[in-house]
Amino acid sequence: MSPVVLLLMASAAQIAVAVAAAFGARLRGAGVAVYGASLAISAFVFVVSLVHLVTAAAPAGVTLPLGLPWIGAHFRLDALSALFAALVGLGASAANLYALGYGRHEATPERVLPFVPAFLGAMTLVILADDAFAFLVSWEFMSLASWALVIAHHHDEANRRAGFVYVAMAGFGTLALLFAFGLLAGVNGDYAFSAMREAARGPTVSAFVLALALLGAGSKAGLAPLHVWLPLAHPAAPSHVSALMSGVMTKVAVYGFIRIVFDLSGAPYWWTALPLILGGAATAVIGILWATMERDMKRALAWSTIENIGVIFAALGLALAFRANGMLPAAALALTAALFHAVNHTVFKSLLFFGAGAVLTATGERDLEKLGGLIHRMPRTAFAVLVASAAISALPPLNGFASEWLLFQAILQSPDLPQWALKIFVPAAGGMLALAAALAAAAFVRLYGVGFLGRPRSEAAAKATEVDRFMQAAMLGLALLCLLFGIFPGYVIDALAPVVRDLAGTTMPGQSWREWFTIVPVSEGRSSYNGLLVFVFVLMSGSMAAWVVHRAASRVVRRSIAWGCGFDEPAPAAQYSASSFAQPLRRVFGTLLLAATEKVDMPQPGDMRPAGHAVTLTDHAWTAIYGRIAGAIDAIAGRLNRLQFLTIRQYLSFVFMLLILLLLALVLWT
Amino acid sequence: MERLVLDIAHILAGGLVLVSIAMLYQDRLTSMINVFAAHAIVLSMAVAWQAWLQDAPHLYWTALIAIVFKAIVIPVGLHRIVRRLGIHRDIEAALSTGLTMMAAMGLVALSMALMLDVAAEADPLAREDLAFALAIVLIGLLVMVTRRNAVSQVIGFMSLENGLILAATAAKGMPLVVEISVAFSVLVAFIVIGVFLFRIRERFDSVDISALDDYRGERQ
Repeated sequence: MSPVVLLLMASAAQIAVAVAAAFGARLRGAGVAVYGASLAISAFVFVVSLVHLVTAAAPAGVTLPLGLPWIGAHFRLDALSALFAALVGLGASAANLYALGYGRHEATPERVLPFVPAFLGAMTLVILADDAFAFLVSWEFMSLASWALVIAHHHDEANRRAGFVYVAMAGFGTLALLFAFGLLAGVNGDYAFSAMREAARGPTVSAFVLALALLGAGSKAGLAPLHVWLPLAHPAAPSHVSALMSGVMTKVAVYGFIRIVFDLSGAPYWWTALPLILGGAATAVIGILWATMERDMKRALAWSTIENIGVIFAALGLALAFRANGMLPAAALALTAALFHAVNHTVFKSLLFFGAGAVLTATGERDLEKLGGLIHRMPRTAFAVLVASAAISALPPLNGFASEWLLFQAILQSPDLPQWALKIFVPAAGGMLALAAALAAAAFVRLYGVGFLGRPRSEAAAKATEVDRFMQAAMLGLALLCLLFGIFPGYVIDALAPVVRDLAGTTMPGQSWREWFTIVPVSEGRSSYNGLLVFVFVLMSGSMAAWVVHRAASRVVRRSIAWGCGFDEPAPAAQYSASSFAQPLRRVFGTLLLAATEKVDMPQPGDMRPAGHAVTLTDHAWTAIYGRIAGAIDAIAGRLNRLQFLTIRQYLSFVFMLLILLLLALVLWT
Repeated sequence: MERLVLDIAHILAGGLVLVSIAMLYQDRLTSMINVFAAHAIVLSMAVAWQAWLQDAPHLYWTALIAIVFKAIVIPVGLHRIVRRLGIHRDIEAALSTGLTMMAAMGLVALSMALMLDVAAEADPLAREDLAFALAIVLIGLLVMVTRRNAVSQVIGFMSLENGLILAATAAKGMPLVVEISVAFSVLVAFIVIGVFLFRIRERFDSVDISALDDYRGERQ
């Protein structure tokens, strides 16, 4: 049986599990059965698509007699869809394994259980779809399933609002994609992807397709300024679903974008790359800046997702710019960086959300200001989150460094670009990405330092205990992947080669045969990186330092003086807090980019009330775009309301006028 | 001879348009009903001429139905309604007569331009009949839009149906079944609206449909 049929059967099986779960969610052991079945199916999806990807098998298609009559639904598995199907399989397997433990703490399993397998099946279908109809239906199904998961805990007003914003943005995104496919299908109206690939189109149509794809896929991925729903919706869902939404669904959106822009819309124009590169870099900076300010752990992670999506889109834009100028090896490098980063982000962002879920399970808190000291109470979780934090901060020898390093290697190729606009803006975007990388490190030092180090800031954090073995296994497994992808990036790059060859026309030089697992993106003389060497160095220097500290340090007991500069104060509130850690960054960037205002309430001497300090941050996207759109819609709706109370003759007049207008248009048009 | 036959068909169809326009400036209900009867007579003549022209005897039936129902039964019925309701006063038109006439001229020009353009490959006779028919439909709509009185709106609606019948007969080979159904739909509409008018009469003591708006609480 061909792999595409196997994957379709897997999706059907997920949906069957979802239907079964809808009926049996209240039964005893339903959680274990559903997550176990879903885990088995996801692992199967992962293995089938990984084998297809690694063996670089030929694309295979299948047409099912579903959907529109006479047309049917087309599905196809090529290298690109195999990569993303493998990502879905990987993220879903980890999430289901985690949920075997985490799901036990769910108060209302019947609101979660049916939708998780449905969501997973829908994502696989999006990736396999080979015509616009199948794609859009699966896409919308994916949106709705995830929406149901966002409002699973609907008693919370904030979650309902998140669900509303999410479903509005998802509808808007699907509409944009619908128009994009309409333009791609052209006047002949053939909605099969194979026909879209063949069709020729001019620069105007290409620009509109790019803009609509950016709106449609970008809104699902969380590209600024379409990101507003993401920090609301991703944290609102249960943690394993947050991991799926951030780690996997945003990748499905990236897949949709790559499919449309790189595969379907034909040869690119160089100027199409500019909005991508600049928008991606701006998204990265804005996203990570918010992540450094956010007190809620899961929301901080969601903001960091926005940053990573920005990085991926900037890399995609770079690949587009190189490809449009015929610099195929550089395009392959940038595209590999984008795909590698997408893979990495799935791994470490899933892990981080698992960690946040573990903290939530153990303490019931998401607020960083109430955590602290968890490294002693939850050592394995703390270790896994530490690995993921280091990876997402792009520290060698972990995987985040490998992909970001490739991206900066690609940016360093930009002086060879012929257009001045690109020559100027690509290094500028590179600077912004470097800033984002540094801020990411700050954000995760803050998240980890405040959450896991120091002393507990609340009773709940002090009483936390380590989570169960399923959750640990999921987290430590992903942590191992972070390390493996970081030490042996050559294998990942070679596994991505079939995808890159399809989309960029060529591949990066082969890596896995090199000595000692070195990777060389361009040529030996230019740059090379050896993750294993760095790992060995880090390991050796780390253990040396530990040895020196433990052996050579003085064993004399030291007692601090009574007036000990504040830290002898036993209250944990005297520690660095999440807000105080963010304060310098807020002073530097916040006033302009986040509209940060501080209000200090200092009582007069003799006044007994407590002093206060409040910070308000505003997302410019809300005030500048969404607030205005909402206001305009409100005003127009208010005006149109009068149409409800016309006389019969006036309604008839409207019909008559419209008829005349249409006839006039017909006369003038033909 | 061929030429003359076509010209007569045109004259009849054009006459129908002319009567439609004449309907626009009637300001008394009784005269409006009379003009509608004339409309039906011209229609039946046009249909009969088409029947002879196309050698389609079933179209004579259509002509007969038109003349019996639309020129005799319905106008007589409407006259009785108007007398029973006691509405011999002026029709209040929403638009002034001059403006309405100019709008009607524009509509005729529009349908000519449209049909001669869109149906360029069609048979010339059918094409120009279609253009006239479209003009009659549009003017019928205009009558409905410009009148406030329910009876004159019904008349506008029925003149619109006449336009449809003209279009149907201009298309060759249309079976009688369809025409009977069209005629019946007009009759049913007439009956339904007649009943409706009496109900209006009972509730509001007027057939001016603005009374309905008052009933819905929309006019202050």
